Amino acid sequence: MTTTLDQLPNRLAADRDRAFPDLVRALQDGIFSGTLQFTRNRQDAEDVTQETFVRVYRALTSYDEDRIRDLQLRPWVWTIALNLCRNRARTLNRRPEAALNDDRIDRTTDTAEEAAANIDLATWRRRLTRLTDPQRTAIVLHHVVGLSYTEIAESTGRSESTIRSDMRRGLARLRTMIEEETQ
Amino acid sequence: MTDPTAIETRLAALGRSAPDGILDAVMRQTDLADDYSLIEGPTGPAYVAWNGRGITAFVPTEAVGSRDDFETRHPREATFVDAPPKRLEKHLERTIETGRLGRLPVDLSSIGEFQRKVLEKCSEIPPGEIRPYGWIAREIGNPGAVRAVGTALGRNPVPVLIPCHRVVRTDGRIGNYAYGSPMKRSLLEHEGLDPEAIETQARQGVRLVGSDTTGIYCYPTCRHAKRITDAHRVEFRSDAAAENEGYRPCKVCRPAA
Repeated sequence: MTTTLDQLPNRLAADRDRAFPDLVRALQDGIFSGTLQFTRNRQDAEDVTQETFVRVYRALTSYDEDRIRDLQLRPWVWTIALNLCRNRARTLNRRPEAALNDDRIDRTTDTAEEAAANIDLATWRRRLTRLTDPQRTAIVLHHVVGLSYTEIAESTGRSESTIRSDMRRGLARLRTMIEEETQ
Repeated sequence: MTDPTAIETRLAALGRSAPDGILDAVMRQTDLADDYSLIEGPTGPAYVAWNGRGITAFVPTEAVGSRDDFETRHPREATFVDAPPKRLEKHLERTIETGRLGRLPVDLSSIGEFQRKVLEKCSEIPPGEIRPYGWIAREIGNPGAVRAVGTALGRNPVPVLIPCHRVVRTDGRIGNYAYGSPMKRSLLEHEGLDPEAIETQARQGVRLVGSDTTGIYCYPTCRHAKRITDAHRVEFRSDAAAENEGYRPCKVCRPAA
């Protein structure tokens, strides 16, 4: 069963339980790719992705049909995912010892190709960590996940022009970082 | 290296596929993925489905033959397993044996308030007894909603276990059933009722019976009505007729408001 994201709100409103698995299928790669950059490691990203969809489902059960039909699914799901990432980061800051074993997952690989891809992932995560929160969020959601400026504005509750300037400044900082690394 | 398109391309390459099993884990945590199995019901084999909250479906194979058919008409994903978990199986056996819901957990979480009230009230009707749709409507404080009660019972996700076969037409006739009138009759017969006698009594206009020694009137299948001996048995066409004769309604089967 293939459905585009546009049809999903109507299907969810009409038959929530049948349509919900398609929502997970349609959005899980994006949520996982993004949360990989917003959490410490792969395990955290997996947990947050799972928890996001559990919360999405619970929210859907409390919404009436009209509200579901009007949902902008991707930004809405990302609002939930971003909250979970923020909560998780906050908990880790209160328990610093838990934050120490940072990139453990990146070593659980089989092939050289995967290992290279994971080193790349770790390198970028380190760079992205040095940006401000809004800059990182804007860049990851747009360039890694593929959300539009409008969608990012909606999921973060910030204006589109703010998103644009966060993006511009963040990319400039990344460029400087890469230059410094190669010097 | 510092070319902006390069940064953007490299960022785009950081996308990853979600690990296998996310969907399964989410489905389990939201109780959306049901398991189901084939068990022996009171009048033949039946598919029974459940999730973490309780039973979600009960369908006699007489109504739905193959597993494919069952999975297609089930409102959620369903995976066949050999048998229900032990605890659930024990409660199921007891419910089927006694005809009472007892402590069997049923998942009514995706069901609306009104239908839930109807189904809960319905499960109070003891085995071997029947009540009209209007009785449920009155008991849940919505005496005008007789038709809505019929619709709610017609959509009972767990027939047999929640005994909607014990609810009959206001005129006393046995009436329709989601799985056809013959199955309703055989379920009632299995509980010791005589469907033919019920229909005959209905045709004769007998809705209620009373005892001239106690001055109390009941639905004919109420356990107190069954104790009335022929010599003292009085038949009524309506509660008004019974009240006119100075009878009062039974407090157990509550045939009038």
